[in-house]
Amino acid sequence: MTGVWQGGGLKPALLAIALLCAPPVLAVQPDEMLADRALEDRARALSKGLRCLVCRNENIDDSDAQLARDLRILLRERLVAGDTDAEAVAFLVDRYGEYVLLNPPATGANILLWIAGPAMLIAGAGIAFVTFRRRGGDGVDALNPDEQARVAEILKE
Amino acid sequence: MRLLFAAIDMGGVRVIVELGHFALILALAVAVIQSVVPLVGAHRRNAAWMAVGDPAAVVQFLLIAFSFAALTYAFVVSDFSLSLVVGNSHTLKPMLYKISGVWGNHEGSLLLWVLILALFGACAVWFGQNLPPQLKARVLAVQGMIGVAFLLFMLLTSNPFLRLAVPPLDGQDLNPLLQDPGLAFHPPFLYLGYVGLSMSFSFAVAALIEGRVDAAWGRWVRPWTLAAWVFLTIGIALGSWWAYYELGWGGFWFWDPVENASFMPWLIAAALLHSAIVVEKRESLKAWTILLAILAFGFSLIGTFIVRSGVITSVHAFANDPERGVFILLILGVFMGGALTLFAARAGVLEAKGVFGMVSRESALVANNILLAVSAFVVFFGTIWPLVAELVFDRKLSVGEPFFNAAFSPFVVALAMILPFGAMMPWKRGDLGRAMRPLWPVLLLSVSLGALVWAMQTGRSALGPVGVILGLWVVGGALVDLWTRTGRGALGGRVARLGRLPRADWGKAVAHGGLGVTIFAVSAMLAWKTEDIRVVPVGGSYALGPYEVTLVDVREVEGPNYQSTMAEMRVMRNGAEVTTLFPEKRIYPVAGMPTTEAAIDYGFLRDIYLVIGDPQENGGWAVRSYIEPFANWLWGGCLLMALGGVLSLTDRRYRVAAGARRAPTVGVPAE
Repeated sequence: MTGVWQGGGLKPALLAIALLCAPPVLAVQPDEMLADRALEDRARALSKGLRCLVCRNENIDDSDAQLARDLRILLRERLVAGDTDAEAVAFLVDRYGEYVLLNPPATGANILLWIAGPAMLIAGAGIAFVTFRRRGGDGVDALNPDEQARVAEILKE
Repeated sequence: MRLLFAAIDMGGVRVIVELGHFALILALAVAVIQSVVPLVGAHRRNAAWMAVGDPAAVVQFLLIAFSFAALTYAFVVSDFSLSLVVGNSHTLKPMLYKISGVWGNHEGSLLLWVLILALFGACAVWFGQNLPPQLKARVLAVQGMIGVAFLLFMLLTSNPFLRLAVPPLDGQDLNPLLQDPGLAFHPPFLYLGYVGLSMSFSFAVAALIEGRVDAAWGRWVRPWTLAAWVFLTIGIALGSWWAYYELGWGGFWFWDPVENASFMPWLIAAALLHSAIVVEKRESLKAWTILLAILAFGFSLIGTFIVRSGVITSVHAFANDPERGVFILLILGVFMGGALTLFAARAGVLEAKGVFGMVSRESALVANNILLAVSAFVVFFGTIWPLVAELVFDRKLSVGEPFFNAAFSPFVVALAMILPFGAMMPWKRGDLGRAMRPLWPVLLLSVSLGALVWAMQTGRSALGPVGVILGLWVVGGALVDLWTRTGRGALGGRVARLGRLPRADWGKAVAHGGLGVTIFAVSAMLAWKTEDIRVVPVGGSYALGPYEVTLVDVREVEGPNYQSTMAEMRVMRNGAEVTTLFPEKRIYPVAGMPTTEAAIDYGFLRDIYLVIGDPQENGGWAVRSYIEPFANWLWGGCLLMALGGVLSLTDRRYRVAAGARRAPTVGVPAE
């Protein structure tokens, strides 16, 4: 597959892989959709958070792959059977592992992932504040040596 | 006939390609000299040795440019004795894509990478006449070291000039999805950005070796960062636009690892741009700015690693190509390890001069920097987490769009909220109340408009109204900022003064306004998109928002190197025709690949986006239709940000005053 470009920025390789998941059908198909509008909306919302397992970082709602279509149909079957959203998702996780979830649940080691951002923000703000105090940041009104020299210079003129 | 032509032509082609290969090896030798001699010269204060950097950088650039031209020539004349040309080209391919095929693959794109690297090195020589010779020698030496690393990487693991013993008659063609003008220019722009950050890195390392960072250094390093950031902005926007019109469902950002690879350096470069202003104007935040310059290039290297090794996409890709992945990791380790060690040893030497109060422009820029840097790290953690989880915790999991939307967006919201305050704040010490005074009307207007939108769209998500408020707040803040710069007095005088404001002021307002427009457009597209999926018989009509769409006809059409199923769809509104669109499904026989060509009616307030699917068993066609609100505002916002960067870049002080180091004056005028 030398022809597959792993390109500069977007997702050409994703496409190449998605297209290899032949035969291509185009994301959600009219024949998959449920007549019950409320159920269909729930299915669409859930689909956005479920990964097409054979694709690259694509949700089953957008994916052209046959497997994604199978998952979409399976999900709708569960919803029609009366599953709640959580039950339907849990059913898929049981079958395919947590790899199927695009939103990693904040359990176990994943807690690290979820608190990394807020923790760094607090740490960053803390470091900035401490540095600020140590440098005597609030003595702004007092002139630093350079400024004192310059004032003296101006006064002399 | 073609065979005969190829046979006659082969002699000349072969020599040119061999010369290109040879030039690349020679460039490596020159880069070695460039990375050693000027550095030693600067250390011993030997002017002759230091001066070696100039010609070395220029010669290295010319050699790599020749090598690149030779490879391009091989693609143009379809020299199928090169394995790279066979894998990525075809005689029937249009000329534009024969040329873009040069960088549409791993080896060729690396050659483009080193070409741009050498170009920046040469630019440092051409535009750096005013740099102190020692600083310039050290900058060029560091630039040379990066060149050595990547030239070695190419020649040892990814040589574009490898031959085939038995050349085939024709090539395997380029992936048809890449045969697109948007994608032809997307990689060069991204690389100009990635590699441009190497200049900031080289300046940072040179300053650490010298142990000296002052206002002049800030003024030298900022234009390079600004240029790199502008290129990155355009490159990312091009890629996003391409995804929007080509992928067939109107998505524009997917938080894919490869996208994140370009987004992380963009965020850090944006932080660096702002902190370099503080160094330049106030001689504060020196160590932090140096660290950001190192990190910005570090993220460029990480991005290169992610894209080139494929390790994040799939752990198993590493096993497929361990040599390349390990090599880039080695480069990353050497440069980041070296630079950060140097930083740890020398950062203490860099003493801050300007002191500032808790409420001041400096503090606002520190907040900007923390938010941008942390958001870049959030993207980084999310991108590498699947790898970490699998290697360390033995959990195979995914991190996708829902995580990034939840974890990243709050930083953008916070950034947008403080931006107008910060931009209005005076240096050293400010007053929140005073900075807020001219902003009150903007705040009232944006909140009331947001509330109005909220009331009108009952029952939908808060995303849209929040986007309206933030977007208007940032854009309005930028306008007010520009207006207050004109001082006091009669309206006419202030309008006249508006035109005479420094380009940097305009650049700041335009770039900030662009960010506001982008924030608004992203939330509008996410919140207010209309979607319709259905089966339509030929001749049938359906309602799409305020429009009525008719599937007039579906026919087979023959393209130059593809076959197409083309639909004719008429869009009406209130009985009047708005447009007729022709969405297609194509098959490229050589590459054996189908593509979807959405048809889009671009508009100021909305795009109508139609996609034709498969014929259905019991008659009719699957059709997907979207109304994408404010889509053009997204690309417009990105362009405004880039334009703001260009305006700042052309500011007078970078054109003339980049000269001698001078002592900072006390009462630095507000920017």
